[in-house]
Amino acid sequence: MARTVTPRRKLFYTVAAWSVALLIFFPVLWTILTSFKTEASAVASPPQLFTADWTLDNYAEVWGRSDYPRFFWNSVVISVGATLLGLIIAIPAAWSMAFVPGHRTKDLLMWMLSTKMMPSAAVLIPMYLIFQRTGLFDTRTGLVLALMLMNLPVIVWMLYTYFKEIPGEILEAARMDGASLKDEILYVLTPMAVPGIASTMLLNIILAWNEAFWTITLTTTKAAPLSAFIASFSAPQGLFYAKLSAASTMAIAPILVMGWFSQKQLVRGLTFGAVK
Amino acid sequence: MATQSSRMAARLMVAPSVIVLFIWMIVPLALTIWFSFRVYRLLSPERNGWAGVQNFTWFFNSPDFWLAISNTLLLVGGVLAITIVFGVLIALLIDQPVWGQGPLRILVISPFFVMPPVAASIWENLFMHPQNGMFASIALSMGFQPILFLESYPMSSVIFIVSWEWLPFATLILLTALQSMSSEQLEAAEMDGASAVSRFRYLVLPHMTRAITVVVLIQTIFLLGIFGEIFTTTQGGPGSASTTLPYMIYKQAVIAKDIGRAAAGGIIAVILANIVAYFLMRSMGKNLDA
Repeated sequence: MARTVTPRRKLFYTVAAWSVALLIFFPVLWTILTSFKTEASAVASPPQLFTADWTLDNYAEVWGRSDYPRFFWNSVVISVGATLLGLIIAIPAAWSMAFVPGHRTKDLLMWMLSTKMMPSAAVLIPMYLIFQRTGLFDTRTGLVLALMLMNLPVIVWMLYTYFKEIPGEILEAARMDGASLKDEILYVLTPMAVPGIASTMLLNIILAWNEAFWTITLTTTKAAPLSAFIASFSAPQGLFYAKLSAASTMAIAPILVMGWFSQKQLVRGLTFGAVK
Repeated sequence: MATQSSRMAARLMVAPSVIVLFIWMIVPLALTIWFSFRVYRLLSPERNGWAGVQNFTWFFNSPDFWLAISNTLLLVGGVLAITIVFGVLIALLIDQPVWGQGPLRILVISPFFVMPPVAASIWENLFMHPQNGMFASIALSMGFQPILFLESYPMSSVIFIVSWEWLPFATLILLTALQSMSSEQLEAAEMDGASAVSRFRYLVLPHMTRAITVVVLIQTIFLLGIFGEIFTTTQGGPGSASTTLPYMIYKQAVIAKDIGRAAAGGIIAVILANIVAYFLMRSMGKNLDA
Protein backbone atom coordinates (compact mmCIF):
# COMPACT_ATOMS: atom_id res chain seq x y z
CA MET A 1 0.00 0.00 0.00
CA ALA A 2 2.88 2.32 -0.81
CA ARG A 3 1.73 5.87 -1.25
CA THR A 4 3.42 8.95 -2.59
CA VAL A 5 4.79 11.25 0.09
CA THR A 6 7.10 14.24 0.28
CA PRO A 7 10.84 13.49 0.08
CA ARG A 8 11.30 14.75 3.64
CA ARG A 9 8.84 12.25 5.04
CA LYS A 10 10.38 9.54 2.93
CA LEU A 11 13.78 10.38 4.36
CA PHE A 12 12.38 10.26 7.87
CA TYR A 13 10.79 6.84 7.28
CA THR A 14 13.96 5.57 5.63
CA VAL A 15 16.15 6.56 8.57
CA ALA A 16 13.69 5.08 11.09
CA ALA A 17 13.25 1.81 9.20
CA TRP A 18 16.99 1.35 8.64
CA SER A 19 17.74 2.03 12.30
CA VAL A 20 15.29 -0.66 13.41
CA ALA A 21 16.57 -3.11 10.79
CA LEU A 22 20.19 -2.56 11.77
CA LEU A 23 19.30 -3.01 15.44
CA ILE A 24 17.71 -6.39 14.64
CA PHE A 25 20.64 -7.39 12.46
CA PHE A 26 23.29 -6.08 14.86
CA PRO A 27 23.99 -9.32 16.80
CA VAL A 28 24.73 -11.12 13.53
CA LEU A 29 26.90 -8.25 12.30
CA TRP A 30 28.76 -8.06 15.61
CA THR A 31 29.46 -11.79 15.52
CA ILE A 32 30.91 -11.50 12.03
CA LEU A 33 33.06 -8.52 13.05
CA THR A 34 34.27 -10.25 16.23
CA SER A 35 35.31 -13.28 14.20
CA PHE A 36 37.95 -11.13 12.50
CA LYS A 37 39.44 -9.75 15.73
CA THR A 38 42.24 -11.04 17.93
CA GLU A 39 41.06 -12.62 21.20
CA ALA A 40 42.28 -9.63 23.20
CA SER A 41 40.48 -7.23 20.92
CA ALA A 42 37.31 -9.30 21.05
CA VAL A 43 36.83 -8.96 24.81
CA ALA A 44 38.16 -5.40 25.12
CA SER A 45 36.03 -2.98 27.11
CA PRO A 46 34.71 -0.65 25.78
CA PRO A 47 33.96 -2.73 22.66
CA GLN A 48 36.42 -1.98 19.87
CA LEU A 49 35.41 -1.31 16.32
CA PHE A 50 37.83 1.10 14.68
CA THR A 51 40.73 0.38 17.02
CA ALA A 52 40.50 -3.40 16.85
CA ASP A 53 43.31 -5.69 15.68
CA TRP A 54 41.97 -7.48 12.63
CA THR A 55 43.07 -10.98 11.76
CA LEU A 56 42.09 -14.07 9.80
CA ASP A 57 43.73 -16.45 12.26
CA ASN A 58 40.46 -17.48 13.92
CA TYR A 59 39.15 -19.00 10.74
CA ALA A 60 42.39 -20.83 10.06
CA GLU A 61 42.46 -22.13 13.60
CA VAL A 62 38.81 -23.21 13.77
CA TRP A 63 39.05 -24.88 10.38
CA GLY A 64 42.36 -26.47 11.30
CA ARG A 65 40.95 -28.16 14.39
CA SER A 66 40.51 -31.62 13.00
CA ASP A 67 36.90 -31.88 14.10
CA TYR A 68 35.34 -28.75 12.67
CA PRO A 69 35.25 -29.82 9.00
CA ARG A 70 33.63 -33.07 10.07
CA PHE A 71 30.80 -31.28 11.89
CA PHE A 72 30.38 -29.06 8.86
CA TRP A 73 30.27 -32.01 6.48
CA ASN A 74 27.78 -33.82 8.73
CA SER A 75 25.51 -30.76 8.56
CA VAL A 76 25.69 -30.72 4.77
CA VAL A 77 25.01 -34.44 4.37
CA ILE A 78 22.18 -34.52 6.91
CA SER A 79 20.30 -31.42 5.76
CA VAL A 80 20.63 -32.09 2.04
CA GLY A 81 20.03 -35.84 2.46
CA ALA A 82 16.91 -35.37 4.59
CA THR A 83 15.52 -32.84 2.14
CA LEU A 84 16.15 -34.90 -0.99
CA LEU A 85 14.70 -38.05 0.57
CA GLY A 86 11.70 -36.03 1.73
CA LEU A 87 11.18 -34.65 -1.78
CA ILE A 88 11.27 -38.14 -3.32
CA ILE A 89 8.49 -39.30 -1.00
CA ALA A 90 6.53 -36.04 -1.03
CA ILE A 91 6.49 -35.11 -4.74
CA PRO A 92 4.20 -37.99 -5.84
CA ALA A 93 1.94 -37.40 -2.85
CA ALA A 94 1.62 -33.64 -3.35
CA TRP A 95 1.25 -34.21 -7.07
CA SER A 96 -1.70 -36.55 -6.82
CA MET A 97 -3.35 -34.48 -4.09
CA ALA A 98 -3.14 -31.38 -6.27
CA PHE A 99 -4.25 -32.94 -9.55
CA VAL A 100 -6.49 -35.82 -8.48
CA PRO A 101 -7.99 -34.49 -5.25
CA GLY A 102 -10.34 -36.86 -3.45
CA HIS A 103 -12.96 -35.78 -0.98
CA ARG A 104 -10.61 -36.53 1.89
CA THR A 105 -7.54 -34.71 0.57
CA LYS A 106 -8.01 -31.68 2.85
CA ASP A 107 -8.40 -33.90 5.92
CA LEU A 108 -5.30 -35.82 4.96
CA LEU A 109 -3.30 -32.60 4.66
CA MET A 110 -4.52 -31.37 8.03
CA TRP A 111 -3.66 -34.72 9.62
CA MET A 112 -0.14 -34.52 8.21
CA LEU A 113 0.29 -31.07 9.70
CA SER A 114 -1.05 -32.28 13.03
CA THR A 115 1.83 -34.77 13.32
CA LYS A 116 4.06 -31.72 13.71
CA MET A 117 2.05 -30.70 16.76
CA MET A 118 3.51 -33.61 18.71
CA PRO A 119 6.33 -32.19 20.85
CA SER A 120 9.66 -33.81 19.98
CA ALA A 121 10.60 -34.15 23.64
CA ALA A 122 7.52 -36.31 24.21
CA VAL A 123 8.78 -39.04 21.93
CA LEU A 124 12.46 -38.63 22.80
CA ILE A 125 12.66 -41.88 24.80
CA PRO A 126 11.33 -44.30 22.18
CA MET A 127 13.31 -42.57 19.46
CA TYR A 128 16.45 -42.81 21.58
CA LEU A 129 15.88 -46.50 22.31
CA ILE A 130 14.88 -47.38 18.74
CA PHE A 131 17.98 -45.63 17.46
CA GLN A 132 20.17 -47.44 20.01
CA ARG A 133 18.73 -50.87 19.18
CA THR A 134 18.84 -50.49 15.41
CA GLY A 135 22.33 -49.04 15.33
CA LEU A 136 21.06 -45.76 13.92
CA PHE A 137 22.22 -43.80 16.96
CA ASP A 138 24.96 -41.30 16.16
CA THR A 139 24.84 -42.10 12.45
CA ARG A 140 24.14 -39.71 9.61
CA THR A 141 21.62 -42.17 8.16
CA GLY A 142 19.66 -42.02 11.40
CA LEU A 143 19.53 -38.24 11.45
CA VAL A 144 18.62 -38.09 7.76
CA LEU A 145 15.63 -40.32 8.54
CA ALA A 146 14.59 -38.40 11.65
CA LEU A 147 14.81 -34.96 10.05
CA MET A 148 13.15 -36.18 6.86
CA LEU A 149 10.16 -37.42 8.86
CA MET A 150 10.08 -34.26 10.92
CA ASN A 151 9.91 -32.02 7.86
CA LEU A 152 7.83 -34.26 5.59
CA PRO A 153 4.51 -32.56 6.46
CA VAL A 154 6.02 -29.17 5.62
CA ILE A 155 7.44 -30.49 2.34
CA VAL A 156 4.12 -32.05 1.27
CA TRP A 157 2.19 -28.90 2.16
CA MET A 158 4.59 -26.57 0.38
CA LEU A 159 4.65 -28.67 -2.78
CA TYR A 160 0.87 -29.02 -2.66
CA THR A 161 0.34 -25.25 -2.58
CA TYR A 162 2.75 -24.80 -5.50
CA PHE A 163 1.36 -27.64 -7.61
CA LYS A 164 -2.18 -26.47 -7.02
CA GLU A 165 -1.42 -23.32 -8.96
CA ILE A 166 -0.46 -25.19 -12.11
CA PRO A 167 -3.61 -24.99 -14.25
CA GLY A 168 -5.06 -28.39 -15.15
CA GLU A 169 -6.30 -27.05 -18.52
CA ILE A 170 -2.76 -26.84 -19.78
CA LEU A 171 -2.53 -30.63 -19.53
CA GLU A 172 -5.73 -31.08 -21.49
CA ALA A 173 -4.43 -28.71 -24.14
CA ALA A 174 -1.20 -30.66 -24.41
CA ARG A 175 -3.15 -33.89 -24.69
CA MET A 176 -5.34 -32.47 -27.45
CA ASP A 177 -2.22 -31.53 -29.33
CA GLY A 178 -1.22 -35.20 -29.20
CA ALA A 179 1.28 -35.17 -26.36
CA SER A 180 1.95 -38.56 -24.80
CA LEU A 181 2.01 -38.99 -21.02
CA LYS A 182 5.79 -38.90 -21.14
CA ASP A 183 5.78 -35.64 -23.11
CA GLU A 184 3.22 -34.19 -20.75
CA ILE A 185 5.34 -34.84 -17.68
CA LEU A 186 8.67 -33.99 -19.29
CA TYR A 187 7.86 -30.88 -21.31
CA VAL A 188 4.73 -29.42 -19.73
CA LEU A 189 4.58 -30.23 -16.04
CA THR A 190 8.23 -30.39 -15.04
CA PRO A 191 9.18 -26.89 -16.20
CA MET A 192 6.19 -25.47 -14.34
CA ALA A 193 6.89 -27.43 -11.18
CA VAL A 194 10.64 -26.80 -10.92
CA PRO A 195 10.48 -23.36 -9.24
CA GLY A 196 8.14 -24.66 -6.54
CA ILE A 197 10.29 -27.72 -5.93
CA ALA A 198 13.42 -25.56 -5.78
CA SER A 199 12.06 -23.20 -3.15
CA THR A 200 10.67 -26.11 -1.14
CA MET A 201 14.11 -27.66 -1.22
CA LEU A 202 15.87 -24.47 -0.19
CA LEU A 203 13.55 -23.81 2.73
CA ASN A 204 13.72 -27.36 4.02
CA ILE A 205 17.49 -27.48 3.85
CA ILE A 206 17.42 -24.38 6.06
CA LEU A 207 14.99 -25.99 8.51
CA ALA A 208 17.04 -29.20 8.66
CA TRP A 209 20.36 -27.35 9.01
CA ASN A 210 19.03 -25.34 11.96
CA GLU A 211 17.30 -28.23 13.73
CA ALA A 212 18.65 -28.55 17.25
CA PHE A 213 16.69 -31.15 19.19
CA TRP A 214 17.24 -34.46 17.42
CA THR A 215 20.72 -33.45 16.36
CA ILE A 216 21.71 -32.89 20.00
CA THR A 217 19.91 -35.87 21.53
CA LEU A 218 20.52 -38.53 18.87
CA THR A 219 24.24 -37.99 18.36
CA THR A 220 27.37 -37.99 20.45
CA THR A 221 30.35 -37.24 18.22
CA LYS A 222 30.52 -39.26 15.02
CA ALA A 223 27.45 -37.88 13.27
CA ALA A 224 27.06 -34.65 15.22
CA PRO A 225 26.38 -31.66 12.95
CA LEU A 226 27.18 -28.00 13.59
CA SER A 227 24.15 -27.38 15.80
CA ALA A 228 25.43 -29.94 18.30
CA PHE A 229 28.99 -28.64 17.96
CA ILE A 230 28.05 -25.02 18.70
CA ALA A 231 25.78 -26.05 21.56
CA SER A 232 28.80 -27.63 23.26
CA PHE A 233 31.22 -24.86 22.29
CA SER A 234 29.97 -22.29 24.77
CA ALA A 235 31.50 -24.12 27.72
CA PRO A 236 34.82 -22.20 27.94
CA GLN A 237 33.08 -18.90 28.56
CA GLY A 238 34.84 -15.70 27.71
CA LEU A 239 38.05 -17.37 26.66
CA PHE A 240 37.56 -17.91 22.97
CA TYR A 241 35.23 -15.16 21.83
CA ALA A 242 36.88 -14.58 18.48
CA LYS A 243 37.08 -18.29 17.72
CA LEU A 244 33.52 -18.84 18.90
CA SER A 245 32.45 -16.04 16.56
CA ALA A 246 34.40 -17.51 13.66
CA ALA A 247 32.87 -20.94 14.26
CA SER A 248 29.40 -19.37 14.52
CA THR A 249 29.90 -17.35 11.35
CA MET A 250 30.93 -20.46 9.46
CA ALA A 251 27.92 -22.32 10.85
CA ILE A 252 25.39 -19.70 9.78
CA ALA A 253 26.93 -18.16 6.64
CA PRO A 254 25.77 -20.76 4.07
CA ILE A 255 22.23 -20.75 5.44
CA LEU A 256 22.12 -16.96 5.75
CA VAL A 257 22.98 -16.62 2.08
CA MET A 258 20.47 -19.29 1.05
CA GLY A 259 17.91 -17.62 3.26
CA TRP A 260 18.39 -14.27 1.59
CA PHE A 261 17.61 -15.86 -1.74
CA SER A 262 14.55 -17.68 -0.50
CA GLN A 263 13.04 -15.03 1.80
CA LYS A 264 10.26 -14.23 -0.67
CA GLN A 265 9.18 -17.88 -0.78
CA LEU A 266 9.53 -18.25 2.97
CA VAL A 267 6.27 -16.50 3.76
CA ARG A 268 4.30 -18.56 1.29
CA GLY A 269 6.05 -21.77 2.19
CA LEU A 270 5.95 -21.64 5.95
CA THR A 271 2.39 -20.36 6.08
CA PHE A 272 1.33 -23.20 3.80
CA GLY A 273 -0.02 -20.81 1.22
CA ALA A 274 -2.31 -19.07 3.72
CA VAL A 275 -0.49 -15.75 3.29
CA LYS A 276 0.77 -14.71 -0.10
CA MET B 1 -10.15 -36.30 -15.87
CA ALA B 2 -10.21 -38.52 -12.81
CA THR B 3 -10.89 -42.03 -13.99
CA GLN B 4 -10.99 -45.13 -11.83
CA SER B 5 -7.41 -46.01 -12.67
CA SER B 6 -6.05 -42.52 -12.12
CA ARG B 7 -7.70 -42.48 -8.67
CA MET B 8 -5.99 -45.74 -7.92
CA ALA B 9 -2.66 -44.34 -9.07
CA ALA B 10 -3.23 -41.23 -6.97
CA ARG B 11 -3.75 -43.34 -3.84
CA LEU B 12 -0.57 -45.23 -4.55
CA MET B 13 1.34 -41.98 -4.88
CA VAL B 14 0.05 -40.66 -1.55
CA ALA B 15 0.58 -43.94 0.26
CA PRO B 16 4.33 -43.70 1.05
CA SER B 17 3.98 -40.30 2.74
CA VAL B 18 0.97 -41.41 4.75
CA ILE B 19 2.53 -44.70 5.80
CA VAL B 20 5.87 -43.28 6.97
CA LEU B 21 4.19 -40.39 8.79
CA PHE B 22 1.75 -42.77 10.44
CA ILE B 23 4.58 -45.00 11.65
CA TRP B 24 6.56 -41.94 12.78
CA MET B 25 3.56 -40.82 14.80
CA ILE B 26 2.14 -44.04 16.18
CA VAL B 27 5.18 -46.16 17.07
CA PRO B 28 6.94 -43.66 19.35
CA LEU B 29 3.61 -42.62 20.86
CA ALA B 30 2.61 -46.21 21.62
CA LEU B 31 6.03 -46.94 23.13
CA THR B 32 5.88 -43.75 25.20
CA ILE B 33 2.49 -44.77 26.60
CA TRP B 34 3.82 -48.25 27.38
CA PHE B 35 6.97 -46.98 29.12
CA SER B 36 5.05 -44.37 31.09
CA PHE B 37 3.40 -47.18 33.09
CA ARG B 38 6.62 -49.15 33.60
CA VAL B 39 9.48 -48.98 36.08
CA TYR B 40 12.37 -48.51 33.71
CA ARG B 41 15.65 -47.04 34.92
CA LEU B 42 18.77 -47.38 32.86
CA LEU B 43 20.92 -47.09 35.99
CA SER B 44 19.17 -49.93 37.81
CA PRO B 45 17.96 -52.30 35.12
CA GLU B 46 17.26 -55.14 37.58
CA ARG B 47 14.23 -53.28 38.92
CA ASN B 48 11.47 -53.46 36.39
CA GLY B 49 7.77 -54.13 36.24
CA TRP B 50 4.54 -52.21 36.23
CA ALA B 51 4.60 -48.85 37.89
CA GLY B 52 0.90 -48.11 37.76
CA VAL B 53 0.49 -44.37 37.73
CA GLN B 54 3.57 -43.75 39.91
CA ASN B 55 5.51 -42.06 37.11
CA PHE B 56 2.66 -39.64 36.60
CA THR B 57 2.18 -38.93 40.28
CA TRP B 58 5.92 -38.27 40.57
CA PHE B 59 5.53 -35.57 37.94
CA PHE B 60 2.43 -34.04 39.47
CA ASN B 61 4.01 -33.99 42.93
CA SER B 62 7.30 -32.55 41.78
CA PRO B 63 7.49 -28.82 42.49
CA ASP B 64 9.53 -28.50 39.29
CA PHE B 65 6.63 -29.77 37.23
CA TRP B 66 4.27 -26.86 37.81
CA LEU B 67 7.18 -24.49 37.36
CA ALA B 68 8.02 -26.21 34.07
CA ILE B 69 4.41 -25.98 32.87
CA SER B 70 4.19 -22.31 33.74
CA ASN B 71 7.62 -21.64 32.19
CA THR B 72 6.51 -23.38 28.98
CA LEU B 73 3.33 -21.32 28.77
CA LEU B 74 5.21 -18.17 29.74
CA LEU B 75 7.73 -18.78 26.98
CA VAL B 76 5.06 -19.38 24.33
CA GLY B 77 2.85 -16.51 25.49
CA GLY B 78 5.70 -14.08 26.02
CA VAL B 79 7.32 -14.69 22.66
CA LEU B 80 3.96 -14.53 20.86
CA ALA B 81 3.08 -11.21 22.52
CA ILE B 82 6.48 -9.64 21.82
CA THR B 83 6.80 -10.85 18.23
CA ILE B 84 3.26 -9.85 17.24
CA VAL B 85 3.28 -6.39 18.83
CA PHE B 86 6.72 -5.49 17.53
CA GLY B 87 6.12 -7.39 14.29
CA VAL B 88 3.07 -5.22 13.54
CA LEU B 89 4.96 -2.02 14.39
CA ILE B 90 8.02 -2.90 12.32
CA ALA B 91 5.92 -4.14 9.40
CA LEU B 92 3.99 -0.85 9.42
CA LEU B 93 7.28 1.06 9.40
CA ILE B 94 8.90 -0.93 6.58
CA ASP B 95 5.70 -0.70 4.56
CA GLN B 96 6.03 3.09 4.43
CA PRO B 97 7.70 4.52 1.35
CA VAL B 98 11.40 4.02 2.14
CA TRP B 99 14.59 3.77 0.14
CA GLY B 100 16.09 0.29 -0.12
CA GLN B 101 13.17 -1.86 0.94
CA GLY B 102 14.81 -4.98 -0.52
CA PRO B 103 18.00 -4.77 1.56
CA LEU B 104 15.87 -3.80 4.56
CA ARG B 105 13.87 -7.02 4.31
CA ILE B 106 17.09 -9.01 4.08
CA LEU B 107 18.51 -7.41 7.24
CA VAL B 108 15.28 -7.92 9.18
CA ILE B 109 14.79 -11.58 8.17
CA SER B 110 18.40 -12.58 8.98
CA PRO B 111 17.97 -13.70 12.62
CA PHE B 112 15.47 -16.31 11.47
CA PHE B 113 18.21 -18.15 9.61
CA VAL B 114 20.58 -18.29 12.57
CA MET B 115 20.44 -21.76 14.11
CA PRO B 116 19.11 -21.76 17.71
CA PRO B 117 22.35 -22.86 19.43
CA VAL B 118 24.30 -20.14 17.61
CA ALA B 119 21.71 -17.49 18.41
CA ALA B 120 21.72 -18.52 22.05
CA SER B 121 25.50 -18.66 22.21
CA ILE B 122 25.92 -15.22 20.60
CA TRP B 123 23.55 -13.62 23.09
CA GLU B 124 24.96 -15.52 26.03
CA ASN B 125 28.61 -14.77 25.35
CA LEU B 126 28.96 -11.64 23.25
CA PHE B 127 26.10 -9.69 24.81
CA MET B 128 24.82 -11.00 28.15
CA HIS B 129 28.08 -12.24 29.63
CA PRO B 130 28.61 -10.47 32.99
CA GLN B 131 32.32 -9.76 32.42
CA ASN B 132 32.97 -9.61 28.71
CA GLY B 133 29.52 -9.05 27.22
CA MET B 134 28.61 -5.84 25.46
CA PHE B 135 25.75 -5.11 27.87
CA ALA B 136 28.17 -5.36 30.79
CA SER B 137 30.64 -2.91 29.28
CA ILE B 138 27.84 -0.49 28.44
CA ALA B 139 26.59 -0.72 32.03
CA LEU B 140 30.10 -0.23 33.44
CA SER B 141 30.83 2.76 31.23
CA MET B 142 27.69 4.42 32.54
CA GLY B 143 28.65 3.61 36.11
CA PHE B 144 26.21 0.75 36.76
CA GLN B 145 26.86 -2.77 37.95
CA PRO B 146 26.52 -5.32 35.11
CA ILE B 147 23.27 -7.28 35.25
CA LEU B 148 23.59 -11.07 35.57
CA PHE B 149 20.99 -11.71 32.87
CA LEU B 150 21.02 -15.49 32.71
CA GLU B 151 21.45 -15.94 36.48
CA SER B 152 19.05 -13.30 37.80
CA TYR B 153 16.47 -13.24 35.01
CA PRO B 154 16.82 -16.60 33.24
CA MET B 155 13.29 -16.88 31.84
CA SER B 156 13.13 -13.27 30.65
CA SER B 157 16.53 -13.70 28.98
CA VAL B 158 15.44 -16.88 27.20
CA ILE B 159 12.18 -15.22 26.11
CA PHE B 160 14.20 -12.28 24.82
CA ILE B 161 16.55 -14.50 22.79
CA VAL B 162 13.73 -16.58 21.33
CA SER B 163 11.78 -13.42 20.48
CA TRP B 164 14.77 -12.11 18.57
CA GLU B 165 14.80 -15.33 16.54
CA TRP B 166 11.08 -15.27 15.75
CA LEU B 167 10.45 -11.54 15.33
CA PRO B 168 11.66 -11.66 11.69
CA PHE B 169 9.21 -14.41 10.82
CA ALA B 170 6.26 -12.51 12.29
CA THR B 171 7.38 -9.25 10.70
CA LEU B 172 7.80 -10.75 7.25
CA ILE B 173 4.38 -12.42 7.26
CA LEU B 174 2.64 -9.32 8.57
CA LEU B 175 4.48 -7.19 6.02
CA THR B 176 3.37 -9.48 3.20
CA ALA B 177 -0.22 -9.14 4.39
CA LEU B 178 0.10 -5.34 4.60
CA GLN B 179 1.43 -5.10 1.08
CA SER B 180 -1.63 -6.83 -0.32
CA MET B 181 -3.83 -4.08 1.07
CA SER B 182 -5.41 -1.63 -1.34
CA SER B 183 -4.20 1.91 -0.95
CA GLU B 184 -7.41 3.39 -2.38
CA GLN B 185 -9.36 2.30 0.66
CA LEU B 186 -6.87 3.95 2.99
CA GLU B 187 -6.73 7.12 0.97
CA ALA B 188 -10.51 7.32 0.90
CA ALA B 189 -10.59 6.95 4.68
CA GLU B 190 -7.91 9.61 5.02
CA MET B 191 -9.88 12.04 2.85
CA ASP B 192 -12.98 11.38 4.92
CA GLY B 193 -10.97 12.56 7.90
CA ALA B 194 -10.25 9.25 9.64
CA SER B 195 -7.30 9.60 12.00
CA ALA B 196 -4.21 7.41 11.72
CA VAL B 197 -5.27 5.49 14.81
CA SER B 198 -8.76 4.76 13.56
CA ARG B 199 -7.44 3.86 10.09
CA PHE B 200 -5.20 1.32 11.80
CA ARG B 201 -7.95 0.06 14.11
CA TYR B 202 -10.73 -0.29 11.54
CA LEU B 203 -8.91 -0.95 8.26
CA VAL B 204 -5.37 -2.22 8.72
CA LEU B 205 -5.84 -4.47 11.74
CA PRO B 206 -8.88 -6.36 10.35
CA HIS B 207 -6.96 -6.89 7.12
CA MET B 208 -4.08 -8.45 9.08
CA THR B 209 -6.23 -10.76 11.22
CA ARG B 210 -5.62 -13.77 9.03
CA ALA B 211 -1.86 -13.20 8.95
CA ILE B 212 -1.76 -12.78 12.73
CA THR B 213 -3.72 -16.03 13.10
CA VAL B 214 -1.18 -17.83 10.94
CA VAL B 215 1.73 -16.38 12.92
CA VAL B 216 0.18 -17.53 16.20
CA LEU B 217 -0.52 -21.05 14.91
CA ILE B 218 2.87 -21.69 13.37
CA GLN B 219 4.93 -20.09 16.11
CA THR B 220 3.03 -22.02 18.77
CA ILE B 221 3.88 -25.31 17.07
CA PHE B 222 7.57 -24.43 17.13
CA LEU B 223 7.65 -22.63 20.49
CA LEU B 224 6.09 -25.48 22.48
CA GLY B 225 9.19 -27.53 21.67
CA ILE B 226 11.89 -24.91 22.31
CA PHE B 227 14.99 -26.75 23.47
CA GLY B 228 18.28 -25.66 21.88
CA GLU B 229 18.21 -22.15 23.35
CA ILE B 230 17.75 -23.40 26.91
CA PHE B 231 20.24 -26.23 26.45
CA THR B 232 22.89 -23.77 25.27
CA THR B 233 22.33 -20.94 27.75
CA THR B 234 20.88 -21.78 31.15
CA GLN B 235 20.66 -25.61 31.09
CA GLY B 236 17.29 -25.09 32.75
CA GLY B 237 18.80 -23.25 35.71
CA PRO B 238 19.74 -21.67 37.95
CA GLY B 239 18.15 -24.52 39.92
CA SER B 240 15.04 -25.16 37.87
CA ALA B 241 14.21 -21.52 37.24
CA SER B 242 14.21 -21.80 33.45
CA THR B 243 13.22 -25.46 33.05
CA THR B 244 10.43 -25.95 30.54
CA LEU B 245 8.49 -29.17 30.02
CA PRO B 246 10.64 -30.36 27.06
CA TYR B 247 13.78 -29.63 29.06
CA MET B 248 12.43 -31.40 32.15
CA ILE B 249 11.72 -34.51 30.05
CA TYR B 250 15.19 -34.30 28.57
CA LYS B 251 16.70 -34.12 32.07
CA GLN B 252 14.74 -37.17 33.23
CA ALA B 253 15.69 -39.18 30.16
CA VAL B 254 19.29 -38.24 29.50
CA ILE B 255 20.62 -37.11 32.87
CA ALA B 256 18.56 -39.07 35.43
CA LYS B 257 18.15 -41.93 32.93
CA ASP B 258 14.67 -42.69 34.24
CA ILE B 259 12.83 -43.80 31.13
CA GLY B 260 9.51 -44.43 32.87
CA ARG B 261 9.27 -40.96 34.33
CA ALA B 262 10.48 -39.26 31.18
CA ALA B 263 7.84 -41.15 29.20
CA ALA B 264 5.15 -40.01 31.64
CA GLY B 265 6.39 -36.46 31.09
CA GLY B 266 6.16 -37.04 27.34
CA ILE B 267 2.52 -38.10 27.61
CA ILE B 268 1.79 -34.99 29.67
CA ALA B 269 3.49 -32.89 26.99
CA VAL B 270 1.35 -34.49 24.28
CA ILE B 271 -1.80 -33.76 26.28
CA LEU B 272 -0.70 -30.16 26.88
CA ALA B 273 0.05 -29.68 23.19
CA ASN B 274 -3.37 -31.08 22.31
CA ILE B 275 -5.13 -28.77 24.75
CA VAL B 276 -3.29 -25.78 23.31
CA ALA B 277 -3.99 -26.95 19.75
CA TYR B 278 -7.67 -27.46 20.56
CA PHE B 279 -8.09 -23.93 21.87
CA LEU B 280 -6.08 -22.50 19.00
CA MET B 281 -8.13 -24.30 16.37
CA ARG B 282 -11.39 -23.38 18.09
CA SER B 283 -10.61 -19.71 18.48
CA MET B 284 -8.81 -19.27 15.20
CA GLY B 285 -10.20 -21.93 12.90
CA LYS B 286 -12.86 -19.60 11.58
CA ASN B 287 -10.21 -17.11 10.49
CA LEU B 288 -8.33 -19.71 8.54
CA ASP B 289 -10.74 -21.31 6.11
CA ALA B 290 -11.69 -18.53 3.79
